[in-house]
Amino acid sequence: MKNDTRIKIAQRIGSDIAAKHALDVDKNSRFPTEAIAALKQEKLLSALVPVELGGMGMEMTELTALCTALGQHCAATAMVFAMHHIQVACIVRHGLGSPFFRSYCQELVEKQMLIGSVTSEVGVGGDTRSSICAVEVAGDRFTLNKDATTISYGAHSDDLLITCRRDASAARSDQVMVLVRKGQFTLEQTSQWDTLGMRGTCSPGFKLTSSGSSEQIVPGAYADSSSQTMVPYSHILWAGLWLGIASDAVARAATFVRAEARRNPGVTPPTALRLAEVTNTLQLMRSNVQAVSQECEELQKSAEGNESLLTIGFALKMNNLKISTSTLMVQVVHQSLLICGIMGYKNDSKFSLGRHLRDSHSAQLMVGNDRIYAKSASMLLVYKDE
Amino acid sequence: MTIVNDIRQVLKDHARLSADTTTLAEDADLYQAGLTSHSSVNVMLALEGKFDVEFPDRMLKRGVFGSIASIRDAITELTAA
Repeated sequence: MKNDTRIKIAQRIGSDIAAKHALDVDKNSRFPTEAIAALKQEKLLSALVPVELGGMGMEMTELTALCTALGQHCAATAMVFAMHHIQVACIVRHGLGSPFFRSYCQELVEKQMLIGSVTSEVGVGGDTRSSICAVEVAGDRFTLNKDATTISYGAHSDDLLITCRRDASAARSDQVMVLVRKGQFTLEQTSQWDTLGMRGTCSPGFKLTSSGSSEQIVPGAYADSSSQTMVPYSHILWAGLWLGIASDAVARAATFVRAEARRNPGVTPPTALRLAEVTNTLQLMRSNVQAVSQECEELQKSAEGNESLLTIGFALKMNNLKISTSTLMVQVVHQSLLICGIMGYKNDSKFSLGRHLRDSHSAQLMVGNDRIYAKSASMLLVYKDE
Repeated sequence: MTIVNDIRQVLKDHARLSADTTTLAEDADLYQAGLTSHSSVNVMLALEGKFDVEFPDRMLKRGVFGSIASIRDAITELTAA
């Protein structure tokens, strides 16, 4: 069920706050503090927490729409928002059998902690389904140390959700997730975050050391929560915010074309043809995001549906969404730039598309498309598409 | 049980487990023994070849390939049909 008010709130935060600081966030590669504070103010960091625990019980399609709304104004804000919710989704969908995680969710509603993601690790070559580090439990306490190649907004996170091996003797792929709270971990920064785009996500590498209570280990295997939650939420919410970036690029191109048309009524400007072309691609992207988001939301409603999230068929669909939207977005932004011409190329113009173009290039790299293609290629050897 | 022995052979050749597949318990968790999503596809392909079956898409999920016993159940279901 859609709640228009919440989408309007996200649109307002996007246009009034995120947009206002987006240039500075990008230029100085600094965290979008103001927009995240506004999202906290509106209790949107606990949107996925079930109503009975005080949250909004928001579903996939609405959350995707929120990411799109933010992505139209500041991609870094939208990415931080999306990454946080991917972590919350793992907790809400796999942790609520535990009293610790139930009470954590209630605290999340009250205090709006920002949760960072620690899935990458030096030595695993970008494969999130492999870990070298292991959580070591002694009595009711654990210790966990990880050399992470990147921690999403690491220095700005309140709490962290970390993937690791189940114990020191477990196989690399036998992973669990551990939530560590502020005060339980230290981070030693090991690299910088001076990137082409997505500069405000501030996600350099860190060496993490942590310890806490063993109840902070998310119940169950990460293999299942990865397939059922982390992968679909990542690819759908990212695709949602990428749609936002692409939509804003097209909106700028359309404004440019209308201005040209007004100068000479009766003559359709040549750029209008290109605009027709790019709106076609944008529609393709939007339809894909909405259809997959809707389907995932429906599947989550039944035990049978949730079981089907574990199938190869569903994994292929997620891979296709990610590859397709991350590729189309770059095309859409590029086509919009051709329409706006020099006015889109200039950084100080209202039609400027430099930030969109730089941000959009991150999409094919964050989980590299070739890695995803290789996985799909392997799965297609046994998948029959019946 | 010849099916189980054949399954063990396929696992030995393709699963790249850290454990010894000839002595692994039938209900032991293969993923905890080191089976990955990549190696599981190779196991599926080898099983399809060995038993001359095709796993329908509904069976292409982690749980079905999670232990020797669950693989045996799937093969038995497909070969009985």
